[in-house]
Amino acid sequence: MQAARDFSHYVRHLDSGLSHIDLAVEGVSCAGCMSKIERGLSALPDVTLARVNLTDRRVALEWKQGTLDPARFIDRLAELGYKAYPFEPVRAEADETAQASFLLRCLGVAAFAAMNVMMLSIPVWSGNVGDMIPEQRDFFHWLSALIALPAAAYSGQPFFKSAWRALRARATNMDVPISIGIVLALGMSVAETINHAEHAYFDAALMLLAFLLAGRYLDQSMRRKTRAVAGNLAALKGETATKFIGGDEISVVPIAAIAAGDIVLLRPGERCSVDGAVIEGHSKIDQSLITGETLPAKAGPGTLVYAGTLNLSGTLRVLVSSASEGTLLAEISRLLDNAVQARSRYVQLADRASRLYAPVVHAAALLTMLGWAAAGASWHDAIVTAIAVLIITCPCALGLAIPAVQTVVAGAMFRTGVLLNSGDAIERLAEIDRVVFDKTGTLTLPELDVTNAADIPSDMFELAGRLALASHHPVAAAVARASGAKTPLADIEEIAGEGVKGVVDGIEVRLGRPSFCDADQIAQHILGSDPEASVVAFRHGETRHVFAVRQRLRADAAGAIATLRKAGIEVEILSGDREEAVRHAAETLGVREWRAGVTPADKIARIENLKRQGFKVLMAGDGMNDAPALAAAHVSMSPVSATHLSQATADLVFLGDRLAPVVTAIGFARKALRLMRQNLWLAAGYNLLAVPLAIAGLATPLVAAAAMSGSSLLVILNALRAHRGTRELG
Amino acid sequence: MEVLVFLVPLALALGGLGLIGFLWSLKNGQYDDLEGAGWRAIADDEPASSNSPPGRLEPDIRTP
Repeated sequence: MQAARDFSHYVRHLDSGLSHIDLAVEGVSCAGCMSKIERGLSALPDVTLARVNLTDRRVALEWKQGTLDPARFIDRLAELGYKAYPFEPVRAEADETAQASFLLRCLGVAAFAAMNVMMLSIPVWSGNVGDMIPEQRDFFHWLSALIALPAAAYSGQPFFKSAWRALRARATNMDVPISIGIVLALGMSVAETINHAEHAYFDAALMLLAFLLAGRYLDQSMRRKTRAVAGNLAALKGETATKFIGGDEISVVPIAAIAAGDIVLLRPGERCSVDGAVIEGHSKIDQSLITGETLPAKAGPGTLVYAGTLNLSGTLRVLVSSASEGTLLAEISRLLDNAVQARSRYVQLADRASRLYAPVVHAAALLTMLGWAAAGASWHDAIVTAIAVLIITCPCALGLAIPAVQTVVAGAMFRTGVLLNSGDAIERLAEIDRVVFDKTGTLTLPELDVTNAADIPSDMFELAGRLALASHHPVAAAVARASGAKTPLADIEEIAGEGVKGVVDGIEVRLGRPSFCDADQIAQHILGSDPEASVVAFRHGETRHVFAVRQRLRADAAGAIATLRKAGIEVEILSGDREEAVRHAAETLGVREWRAGVTPADKIARIENLKRQGFKVLMAGDGMNDAPALAAAHVSMSPVSATHLSQATADLVFLGDRLAPVVTAIGFARKALRLMRQNLWLAAGYNLLAVPLAIAGLATPLVAAAAMSGSSLLVILNALRAHRGTRELG
Repeated sequence: MEVLVFLVPLALALGGLGLIGFLWSLKNGQYDDLEGAGWRAIADDEPASSNSPPGRLEPDIRTP
């Protein structure tokens, strides 16, 4: 039965009588795709807008209200060869977008004002060595003030607000010295203009703002891109549930439209997307995403199921509940809350630098003032020189040093299949000296795979695969996948709880439980050597074969772990699975340190224990039971197949079937940290050159402007080197 | 020097015009998809729109 798909939850109705929906689209990468999709969708009648956004990999659609069902768009895109799914705009992403556009507005205002003030400064600078009369110079200075003061008041908001917040909390951050510097520079320039002085620093103050805002914007756009991609991934998983409307009518609705108290249908081979209790039906369920346990468990009326549970054999009806007290989920979220609160606030490199920077610079300015006053200069001259020191030690190179590297390295990581959830994760990842892996779904692939394919004749294998296409059972699906079969057999009969059978060229074929195919002996033999495997038997006339199916380690897991250990990073495994399964994996991978059957609380305890021993731990896990440990670790990673909760908790998310991105990410992070430190030293070195000039009273506005832009460019160019990882770690 | 009275406001007005232009384009969503904008510029076909001439439309695929 094909249920109706109901996407009305995602449609927004505009005032103009149009409806609007945004779809996340997979595989849009070039102009060709863009025009193909836009044409294909515009060709539908009543569609008024179809526009692809290549940056976010999304398409926006508008059509006349009530004329089309949004499911049509998804079908149309599927015909064109693209997988698409509507998505729920996440609040965080909307906030990031608003913030980014505000920063861009500030940047625009600051940059335009800086350019115009520069234009007025050039005649002043050339006039100062030429024949300019004071009245003209004052006129130009006043004009500059007219532009600079409102522009700085507007575009300085991000810094002023954040500095004010920090001061109110009796702390300092990078924005405090920045704000002080800008306000003093502008104030002094106005005072100097009133006094008909030769120098005013309006241009320097605005340029400083423009550079700093560029750094802020880079920082923001990196986070925004990550959020957008993560949002798409979540959407493209297309998490839906089959909900009962009334007695027996069903409709496929997005998860977002499901509420506690609804009843959903769970077919064999489907992954459950809600938490709830079984009210009807019997089946076996695979809870590996929740507990790490790979052996299927029995489910019947009253069994609690969680989002991420895979239903194996029978059809279930589930009454949706929210996480209630006393369930595993409640326990996990309690642990998670504690872990998040206990997470000591990691002090970012930029903040550490600014803690050093602010007192040093302010002290230097103060000493300059006192020094000049002691040397007999007038108070006015002493103060002006001191402020010149503040301006020329401009933190703009500092403000760009970190975000520029982060942006470049985030782009590079993105290309190798790693998404960053937070900017400071790069620094934390660079420091790690211990990796803790969860086994199920992290070291192993989330899908099942046939392990004894080599023992089975290829013609039989292919036939079994074609037969398996008729079954919903995940173990049969693994056989179908492994055989590469594409064409299902005709007239297949499914016997519930047993298997499937049919007739090929007059010979009966069966696929299912060993007893269903009279293959118990072979099955026992296989289970004897590999107790972890699930078996599915195949019978063709009198020939019988048994497939051993199990979760397979990621192809490059052993290599990745060897690389880590070569780099001096110790590896251990913490898994909720049974001891034999974990031992087998650990021995295969050559990992000496492993623990099996651990609960979420045990995982946290182990991580805390390692922390106390002074290790900086990277935790990589995908299950619900890993989420608290992910939050407790120094830095954490999740595969893209992980549960929602783990992905939201992890600092980084890696894509694909290989473990290599974990290793390369560490390499990138180490390189990035080196470059960040280099950049901070570059900024410091520039100050060592510039400050003596300023203290000597030689920092004219021209010198300040040239030095500022020079240092910023240098830092950005150095950051561009981050697009390649390190040699030491793949 | 009297020319300044005329030239300075003109220069400022031009600068302001540029700024207004930038803010307008930002509001208009022209910075939302910088990657796509680059490709659109060199795409060799007209962007499809629902009011293109009837001859260019792809066959209607109404599902029965």
